[in-house]
Amino acid sequence: MTTAISVKNISKQYKIGAAQQKFQYNMFRDVLVDTLMTPVRIYRALTGRGMRGTAATSLIWALKDVSFDLEEGRVLGIVGRNGAGKSTLLKILSRVTEPTEGTVTVRGRVGSLLEVGTGFHPELTGRENIYMNGAILGMKGTEIDRNFDEIVDFSEVGQFIDTPVKRYSSGMYLRLAFAVAAHLEPEILVVDEVLAVGDAEFQRKCLGKMGDVAQQGRTVLFVSHNMSAILRLTQEAIVLKKGQLLKRAPTPEAVDFYLSSGQAESGERIWEADEVPANSAPFKPIALRLKDKTGKVVDTVRSTESVTVEWEYQLNAPVTGLRVGMYLSTMRGEYVFTAFDTDDAKQYEQFGARQSGRYISRCEIPADFFNEGRYSLGVNASSFGVRRYFMDENALSFNVDISGAPGTQWPEIRQGPIRPRLDWKIEKVD
Amino acid sequence: MTELTKHEPTTIYIKPTKGLAALNLGDLWRYRELIYFMIWRDVKVRYKQTMLGAAWAIIQPVLTMIVFTFLFGRIAKLPTDGNVPYPIFSYTALLPWGLFVAALNQASRSLTSNQNMVTKIYFPRLVLPLASILSGLVDFVIAFVILIGMMVYYKITPSFNAIWALPLFLLLTIITALGVALWLSAINVQYRDVNYALPFMTQFWLFITPVAYSSNLISERWQLVYSLNPMAGVVNGFRWALLGVGNGPDTSLWISASVSLLLLISGLFYFRNMEKTFADTI
Repeated sequence: MTTAISVKNISKQYKIGAAQQKFQYNMFRDVLVDTLMTPVRIYRALTGRGMRGTAATSLIWALKDVSFDLEEGRVLGIVGRNGAGKSTLLKILSRVTEPTEGTVTVRGRVGSLLEVGTGFHPELTGRENIYMNGAILGMKGTEIDRNFDEIVDFSEVGQFIDTPVKRYSSGMYLRLAFAVAAHLEPEILVVDEVLAVGDAEFQRKCLGKMGDVAQQGRTVLFVSHNMSAILRLTQEAIVLKKGQLLKRAPTPEAVDFYLSSGQAESGERIWEADEVPANSAPFKPIALRLKDKTGKVVDTVRSTESVTVEWEYQLNAPVTGLRVGMYLSTMRGEYVFTAFDTDDAKQYEQFGARQSGRYISRCEIPADFFNEGRYSLGVNASSFGVRRYFMDENALSFNVDISGAPGTQWPEIRQGPIRPRLDWKIEKVD
Repeated sequence: MTELTKHEPTTIYIKPTKGLAALNLGDLWRYRELIYFMIWRDVKVRYKQTMLGAAWAIIQPVLTMIVFTFLFGRIAKLPTDGNVPYPIFSYTALLPWGLFVAALNQASRSLTSNQNMVTKIYFPRLVLPLASILSGLVDFVIAFVILIGMMVYYKITPSFNAIWALPLFLLLTIITALGVALWLSAINVQYRDVNYALPFMTQFWLFITPVAYSSNLISERWQLVYSLNPMAGVVNGFRWALLGVGNGPDTSLWISASVSLLLLISGLFYFRNMEKTFADTI
């Protein structure tokens, strides 16, 4: 067996803070100071020194000293929670970004499914976009010609192939985009969370396609939060945590390790000291939990039952005008709602100014709210128009089980993120 | 996906670049098909959902010419070279100038407007500014047709020099635009200030380029400094080749060409060195 990928001591450092800092000020004083500092900034920018060395910048290691070899024709699963470095690893392998340290040797072309729809232009027709996207993914014109019919078939857009894609439904758009990427013929295929997109039928098709690829003896790297897909499709898996490779083992063993070591999505997110940026003080997040009716922490929510979200945090100094809240979004990135604990005017009067201490902001999302699927919960603590203390767009994700929800007698996918139980009245008028 | 390609796959080594990055222009050649498709896409979508469509390629320079003729020809009564009528005198200059400005505008934003490509796939990033500059050539050709019509109307026959000189001056325009755009697009990745500075820059640049006036109006002792602007050389060259006025290639052209080459080479190195951070900072 020859080695397809050889990763040696890869590390990747990111600068955080500097970029975020930029958007944080909205006080006049900050803007003024910032403006006066302009000459200094320009000097730094042009000498390539960036914002390095200033207190605003903190460096994090997205990957630290990761090494592994992968033989040709193997399918490797990569698991780890958000921010563990999975995507960074894939980005380095597909040469989008450079490692800070270490080397990678890759034998063959790397194609990746994290670039689904990249370069699609809404004004171009489906046909034109296939060629465009193919070229971007590194396919030759002849290669696209050869696969063209197959791509169209796979995408199921058929008769709309000469319609500009801006007229497509989001499902059609996605299917077409995926079809192109799936027909790329790379020696190494990198797949990142395709399962988060598309309807169930399409996801099944994608997994099937991946299985085919693996059977043809190509090398596949598969990142997913979906443990059953990882178990089904991969023989071996690596577990990443905070940029480090914790374990490499046959998949069942690795998944077991991942789930039992408490880093899986468990319905609870605990912030450790090093995960909280210094500039969020005096606000300090402690934990975010998702609880069912009985008060048990859950990672799967039943659509027919209410669920309680609670966020525990510490204020190290009194804060005025504080609002603590959440964004709820689907895994496709559509927002479902945004809500804050002081949305209610009376609440705001009472709790707008908060003394230092430890708090829990808790709310209940009613039953008959969620549709089937995976959702992401983001959190935000801010004082409107003054400052944003802390934000994590994807603090926690959870699944929704819809058994017993309205309409489940029909085994079909219902569109939209919510699944309310509406009070239908049917009357015969004639 | 039919069968596994049988040819021996190439091995790629990924490691952090240390020191000055090599230019690696061979990579650009391997991705020539992508350059072609990017140009094709730019051209194809440029005038989508506009009422006048590609006519804009003509309207813009023609309207500018009319305004210039009125302001500088009629009111300010600026002299042209060798009694060439003012409209065609300015239009000849507006062609390369329009190409240059459009190229700068498109190319400086090419990385940020294709952000999702930059953060998701590997390809030589040079493809983006290069393709957006080359796609401007289509507009240039369309606008050129009007110039031919005007030459027939004013009964001006270009010299034979035009055959070799025009492509050369066109190349000089593209090299200059690419050189500047490489700097600007790379800076734009991190500092969007470029978006705000660019309109000023092009406006200022228009003043120091003999588009609305003849470069003979510049006094002798400033001519050398003046020719540091590569676009001055281009505009004079266009007029010389097409209208037969002004000086042919002389020292000042060499100065212009050197400056433009310097811009290109420095731009290439700057771009290549910033390239590795594009995906992280964009």
